[in-house]
Amino acid sequence: MSRPDTPVVAGPGAEAPGPAVPLVRLRGIVKSFGDLLVNDGVDLTLQPGEVHALLGENGAGKTTLMRILYGLTRPDAGTIEVDGAPRQIGSPADAIAAGIGMVTQHFSLVGRMTVTENLLLSRAGLGRLDRRAGREMVARAAARLGVRIDPDARVERLSVGEQQRVEIVKALSRDCRVLILDEPTAVLVPQDVDALFDSIRLLTGQGMGVLFISHKLGEVTRISDRVSVLRRGRIVDTVPTARSSPAGLAELMVGRPTVGVRRADRAPVTVEEAAARPVPAEGPPAAAPSAVPSGVQRPEHGSAAPPVTGSPGEGRSAAVLSLRGVRLAGRGKDVLAGIDLAVMPGEIVGLAGVSGNGQTELVQLLCGLVRPTAGTVWVNGVDVTGADPERVIAAGLGRITEDRHACVIGTLSVAQNLVLEDLPRFRRGLLLDRKAIRAHAQRLIDQFSIRATPDDPIGALSGGNMQKVLLARALDRDPVALVASQPTRGLDVGATEFVHGQLLARRAAGAGVLLVSEDLEELLALSDRIAVIYEGSLVGELPAEQATPERLGLLMAGQPGAAA
Amino acid sequence: MRPRLVLRGREPRWLAPVLVLAAVVIVYLLTAGPIRGAGANPQAAYQRYVLTPLTGASSITEVVLAAIPILFTGLAVAVAFRSGYWNIGAEGQFLAGAVGATVTGLYLPDLPGPLAIPLALLAGAVAGVLWSLLPALLRVRFGIDEVVTTLLLNPVALLGVQGLLNGPWRNSRSGFPVSDNLGDGYRMPMAIPGSRVHLGVLIAAVLAVAIWIVMSRTATGMRMRAVGLAPDAARFSGIAVRRTLLRAALVSGGIAGLGGADQVLGVGHKLSQEVSGGYGYTGIVVATLGALTAGGVVLVALLLGDITVGAQNASLVLQLPPQMGEIVSSTLMLAVVSVLVLRRYRVAWRTGGRRRDEHGDPGGERAGQRRPVPPPAGPVQDPARPDGPAVTGAAPAAGSVTAGAAAEVSVTEVPVTEVPVTDDPVSDRTGGGRQ
Repeated sequence: MSRPDTPVVAGPGAEAPGPAVPLVRLRGIVKSFGDLLVNDGVDLTLQPGEVHALLGENGAGKTTLMRILYGLTRPDAGTIEVDGAPRQIGSPADAIAAGIGMVTQHFSLVGRMTVTENLLLSRAGLGRLDRRAGREMVARAAARLGVRIDPDARVERLSVGEQQRVEIVKALSRDCRVLILDEPTAVLVPQDVDALFDSIRLLTGQGMGVLFISHKLGEVTRISDRVSVLRRGRIVDTVPTARSSPAGLAELMVGRPTVGVRRADRAPVTVEEAAARPVPAEGPPAAAPSAVPSGVQRPEHGSAAPPVTGSPGEGRSAAVLSLRGVRLAGRGKDVLAGIDLAVMPGEIVGLAGVSGNGQTELVQLLCGLVRPTAGTVWVNGVDVTGADPERVIAAGLGRITEDRHACVIGTLSVAQNLVLEDLPRFRRGLLLDRKAIRAHAQRLIDQFSIRATPDDPIGALSGGNMQKVLLARALDRDPVALVASQPTRGLDVGATEFVHGQLLARRAAGAGVLLVSEDLEELLALSDRIAVIYEGSLVGELPAEQATPERLGLLMAGQPGAAA
Repeated sequence: MRPRLVLRGREPRWLAPVLVLAAVVIVYLLTAGPIRGAGANPQAAYQRYVLTPLTGASSITEVVLAAIPILFTGLAVAVAFRSGYWNIGAEGQFLAGAVGATVTGLYLPDLPGPLAIPLALLAGAVAGVLWSLLPALLRVRFGIDEVVTTLLLNPVALLGVQGLLNGPWRNSRSGFPVSDNLGDGYRMPMAIPGSRVHLGVLIAAVLAVAIWIVMSRTATGMRMRAVGLAPDAARFSGIAVRRTLLRAALVSGGIAGLGGADQVLGVGHKLSQEVSGGYGYTGIVVATLGALTAGGVVLVALLLGDITVGAQNASLVLQLPPQMGEIVSSTLMLAVVSVLVLRRYRVAWRTGGRRRDEHGDPGGERAGQRRPVPPPAGPVQDPARPDGPAVTGAAPAAGSVTAGAAAEVSVTEVPVTEVPVTDDPVSDRTGGGRQ
């Protein structure tokens, strides 16, 4: 316990030389949240001295698996073996006792305290704190990491990279032999990433095992010895990194397009797509609106377009939604690093990307919830940079965000939530016109086949029905531009179809849609062109007919060269 | 199989009344000991507390009179809490209102009634608004916790009143720290002839109806409720959250100030340092027990007025200490609030295996990250603030609240995450929809 610098692996390693006894072995881990199966019989081993990367998209189940190993989540089934012997890990304390340490994406440090105090905090019992011993512990652990850490520095003054080191030091000071790093590079600048990788190599050289969670191909191929690819809760493959290629991993990660029920169901969509697609994809974007086949509601939007022409830049002149040089500073580095994007009337622009690359922030920014650090946003020619949601809505933007629960007020009724964005319209004199509100809700419930009554509290609806309510709320105002983020996440097939149909109908009616999704199939089926975001920048754009899951996957992994 | 509490999705309609009933039983059991210890039969004491005041016309009017100030403060607190602004400062705003009315009464003593009373009431309301302005601005501009600032301004207001009464407003005849009587025009007309019930009861009633209409029937009320229930979602929907909070805070202060002015005009006709005596804190009890609704506030204010009058009776007849009434109403408050927390839970029998995931958040990796653990202990500015009375806090009831005791006023926050009610993205409605 008091000698962190001794490679503790020596014990079991001596009994069974070579990789015969893994440090950790997970067998048949199953975990579900409600009906959602997050881990579906996962087997995983970690050998001493190796970096085992866990690669997968968001929602693939990586973090849940690691939380199970660290005792933060209980599995429904499966066993965990440490050094070849089964262990019950019911809490982080058990995990620490078993020699497992974890550094999560969100650090658990007390900013006002020094590095040493943070270290002692996690191990303080009753009685006096031995600061000198604490300082020595920091120095020893820092030496193992090959970095310099001032034990008396206040944590809040440290950079994000340094704070991460403190977290690792904390884990090391508790004699961990297995280190779980959950997306450790997500917040780091490149130099810090290099330093982290050096530290990781030092640690594995001392016999530690490192589980490295990431969705970034480049990093995984750089640092890991073996890669396990997780998709929809299952390990698709475990391969030695040396024998894998980024392209192969990307394909494993995003999955090949599967021929199944969902795709067949979408057939009518693709027929319509085929008719409309070539024009917006090939011609100059500004020409797109005239080519939209159906004339439904065109005149209305046509009349909305003219005032736009005055705005600077010709490419933007007809765009219903455009961004120029949009930047958003984040913790340590830019979350959005200069986004230029234009969505024309009558087209669906897909935005692909592994989650955490700035999509969430981009959508929040467009919704009027976050103010950009720099750059300009136009909706239908109106400058809405930094505008509040009210103005953004008024400019004609419809919004569907990924977090449905954050957009509704659960205890208010469906009818009330439906009018929340548009209260002045439902006033009669000083009072709200309750009859009109009800009628409005009933009309939308019928139109969008929402299974609810106007008086149901919206929090009681299922995800699909809640999404339909949000869709109804956004579309009922007839927006000229629509931002839809993960519009079908967690929905069943029927609801997904419905949402897709609505998005296509909007497009046919001449609105521009920005579709942000992690579901490549969805993007491929709906979009006219697909842009890819990686680390806050748009790294590429493909017309729909040139886009394949493989090419998109490489772009999403930050390898534009390979995709071209 | 062990029983445990899990968050429930939807509460059945019978639950809240049953729990309130349970709370009443608990109150009886808890207070029976002290009452017996004070030498009275608990049953007889309760009869005095609750029933006796309602048996005679004159004592009924006393109940109404006792209910008037806490009606004002209760409404003030309810409006603020409904909007998610945790105004604990109704006491100070009430005092400020009393001072405002006194200013007009002392310096314009000869105004006739029809002019004097509206003017004094207006001055009281304005003073209440001004007293609530600073914490409201601090909250809205800088995010400074209004629970602390509004609370700490209460003793400041009391000290201000004492300073005035010991200084410029000291009684010119007796020299006691009580202001001179206000001009005759400032005497509030009686609402019920032959009783002490003054016109303030009508003002409070009109106010209660107005608040009920505004909160339930107008766009403003809907916005305020939305901000109180889910500020982030309200903001997403284009509601100006900060402006709404500011308005709620100022309206709340104005109502409390109006109450203070009304008390001076209707009861004392002069300013004394006992003019409030904790009405602002009792207002928190009233609003909370009244489920933050106008109707509930009216009922609870009358109930507490009933107990106050009953306590006076009990102390005369049964020789019970007068403070026993406060003990009863405080215990009632604590019992109801703590029992109502149970509304959010149901008993489940664990069958092993699944634990810790009762939130049922689908979304795999996001579980435990996006909508994690209970909100921090700090009571304010919490996005996932559930509505209803369970949220808010206990306060020592009327009377002996000094600065020290006031510090104990705490807002008990129910640790509730924003629970997705169905944990399941696939199936449709949960069961138990309304028929």
